[in-house]
Amino acid sequence: MPLYLNDEQQMLRDTARDFIAEHAPVAHLRKLRDDDNPDGLSRDLWKSFADMGFTGILMSEQDGGLGLGHVEAGIVLEEIGRNLSPSPFLTTAVAAVEALKGSPHAARHFPGILSGTTIAALAIDEGPKHREHVALKAERSGNGFKLNGRKRFVQHGHIADLIIVAARTAGAAHEQDGITLFAVDPTMPGIQQDSQRLADSSIATSATFENLHLDADAVIGEIDAGHDPLNRLLRAARTGAAAESLGVGAGAMDMTIGYLKERKQFGQTIGSFQALQHRAAHLYSEMEVARAAVIKAAQLLDSGSEKADDAVSVAKAMTTLATTLAVQEGIQMHGGIGMTDEYDIGFYMKRARVLAEMFGDANFHADKLARAAGY
Amino acid sequence: MTDLDQFRTETRAWLAANCPLEMREPIRSEKDAVWGGRDQSNLTPAQKSWMDAMAAKGWTVPDWPKAYGGGGLSPAETKILREEMAAIRARNPLNSFGISMLGPALLKYGTEEQKLDHLTKIAKGENRWCQGYSEPNAGSDLAALATSAEDKGDHYLVNGQKVWTSYADKADWIFCLVRTDKTSKQGGISFVLFDMASEGVSTKPILLISGYSPFCETFMDNVKVPKENLVHEENKGWDVAKYLLGHEREMISGMGLASTGGNPLIDGAIATIGLDHDGRLADPLLRASIAMFEVRSKAFGMMSERFIDELKAGRAHPAQPSMMKYYGTELNKSRYELMMAAGGSDALEWESDASSGGATPRAWLRTKANSIEGGTSEVQLNIIAKRILELPSA
Ligand SMILES: Cc1cc2nc3c(=O)[nH]c(=O)nc-3n(C[C@H](O)[C@H](O)[C@H](O)COP(=O)(O)OP(=O)(O)OC[C@H]3O[C@@H](n4cnc5c(N)ncnc54)[C@H](O)[C@@H]3O)c2cc1C
Repeated sequence: MPLYLNDEQQMLRDTARDFIAEHAPVAHLRKLRDDDNPDGLSRDLWKSFADMGFTGILMSEQDGGLGLGHVEAGIVLEEIGRNLSPSPFLTTAVAAVEALKGSPHAARHFPGILSGTTIAALAIDEGPKHREHVALKAERSGNGFKLNGRKRFVQHGHIADLIIVAARTAGAAHEQDGITLFAVDPTMPGIQQDSQRLADSSIATSATFENLHLDADAVIGEIDAGHDPLNRLLRAARTGAAAESLGVGAGAMDMTIGYLKERKQFGQTIGSFQALQHRAAHLYSEMEVARAAVIKAAQLLDSGSEKADDAVSVAKAMTTLATTLAVQEGIQMHGGIGMTDEYDIGFYMKRARVLAEMFGDANFHADKLARAAGY
Repeated sequence: MTDLDQFRTETRAWLAANCPLEMREPIRSEKDAVWGGRDQSNLTPAQKSWMDAMAAKGWTVPDWPKAYGGGGLSPAETKILREEMAAIRARNPLNSFGISMLGPALLKYGTEEQKLDHLTKIAKGENRWCQGYSEPNAGSDLAALATSAEDKGDHYLVNGQKVWTSYADKADWIFCLVRTDKTSKQGGISFVLFDMASEGVSTKPILLISGYSPFCETFMDNVKVPKENLVHEENKGWDVAKYLLGHEREMISGMGLASTGGNPLIDGAIATIGLDHDGRLADPLLRASIAMFEVRSKAFGMMSERFIDELKAGRAHPAQPSMMKYYGTELNKSRYELMMAAGGSDALEWESDASSGGATPRAWLRTKANSIEGGTSEVQLNIIAKRILELPSA
């Protein structure tokens, strides 16, 4: 498969680009923030994503979805990134859908996701850095389980209709075996969520689970074999976060190149200074390489290749490196105006930093690749 | 089974039967690479048989038309052939400036006679070519070149000096930029071909920091170049030169790709430094540097695949080879810095048998030229800034 978008994918990109730029440009995020919107996002926008069919991209046609793949999900996420649109798309339509696919939970939750009424959150991380450790305890109790422990960085947790929780039913924190994945209704007693606004004005919670009783049918997949749906979820989420990050970097870069062509100092446009041209050209190169990594990872996921895991880590690490550069150069090359809240470039830097931490930063994925390569 | 599946199956079987086992070993030094040319006395039997077998199928230049010695393969078939070669770690059967630089330029600008004659010989590895672009006073500012070609009716009389001409002393022919009009800088350049055995051509090797002399000064003293050896029109050589440079940059960017067989950087680091009880490289800071390098290296491999796919589909920006060249060569320099750090004092040995005559430190020094040859990194960044990002001129 060639590493570029085919005709249908380009059409989807054009549709997503126009739609998101019109309905959720950076001004949309700015307004939500200025209004101190308690949801941190617009439910109307989420519904309109559903109307566009975006929420069903990764669902099969039997499930009512579009039966498309990670390349297509990535296309939408890139535009979300480019416009910094607050959306539960990544956690819900990508990560949760991948985890629930093929389980009885699909029938329960997919209709709500399809119609843009359900928002899903992921309770996976337990410390301030993403690791592949799961310690939160799920002990057998009656004909179900009792959960105790704490999760961090649960994005959209405060407004979620569904939380996917990774818990430990056997073994030690670092082991793959013994993880069980649960689909949890966040309104149940036994869950306490503490909402925090993050640097990018999105909201994530710390979720405390205290003797939360779950029936056995809350299990996603098999008991003790939750690493299977969890890995599916993580691969999709990492690839999706990489695509969104790519969009953030591309948006910041375009804005910066635009500014270089417009701002005048010393009687000339600053973009004619070679010192800035070289930095812009270097940034372009990093972004192009990151773009290749994103489409490669998505294609390998879609084809079910065994090389997908490595490619996913490359994509997440590479986009993090490139986009971090894009937002840093972005502010620097804007000069003073880049530091003002009134100007948009700062929003890009904030979102880039949140995405960097999501599902493993560049160091995490470089380390993962190194271990897979035996060093 | 689709046609492509069938092509893959047949290709796999043919490669298995025809690629000698020696030709599936990693390239360790210069002499492992096959360059072709009139003098083939230094080729091993395996090298010769592999080159000839591939040439017979047209697969030294799989996507060139059959009429000119190519394989006539489609982009998808070419990709499959490359993948199947990589899968058995088959070496490139033939490296040549004829394939990577002159060929594409002749395909676009050459006359039918030029194509039939030169391309066929390039495809078979019969002629080795060198590139006469740079001069002492025309480096990055290539169009400042002064080597003159005087019109003498049926031929040009060429006088001047080229420099940094890679393998001029080993090449059979040269593609050369000459000045046919002094009144116009870029519009006074012509692109000519001549036999290095012509009267008046001489070369003098230049010793490099690696201790090798892969390139030369090339002198032209009243060299007669027949008019039929002019490519494209007189004074339009700059178009050919630039088109060819795009292909040269593509080739050089390929140096940034990890080798197909194993990973010498990681293997070398493990061999000298060892693993700790958790199976990690025992030097955590070097491990981190290598791991971060590998992210970029793998991503660049994907970029190369994307670039080729986009190129074949006519979707690549015409200046994209500059980005590939810039990124790939800077990456290759970092790879060798890490190889040197990983090797420690072992990697300093310059002559010992154990070090294959200082293969690593010499290769490390050689990579420093990657960001100079074919247009420096700074020149590539200028091109990206102006042509892709469309930033204004000063
Ligand atoms: C190993 C090797 C093999 C080569 N093989 C060949 C060959 O086969 N045939 C051939 O014709 N040539 C060959 N070359 C020559 C090569 O193309 C030139 O060296 C190259 O184009 C740079 O020219 P220069 O050496 O004159 O450097 P200069 O142009 O003098 O550059 C010096 C420095 O100034 C910088 N600089 C120059 N102009 C600008 C600008 N506008 N903006 C910013 N910075 C600038 C350069 O980037 C560089 O850092 C080879 C070179 C090497 C090292």
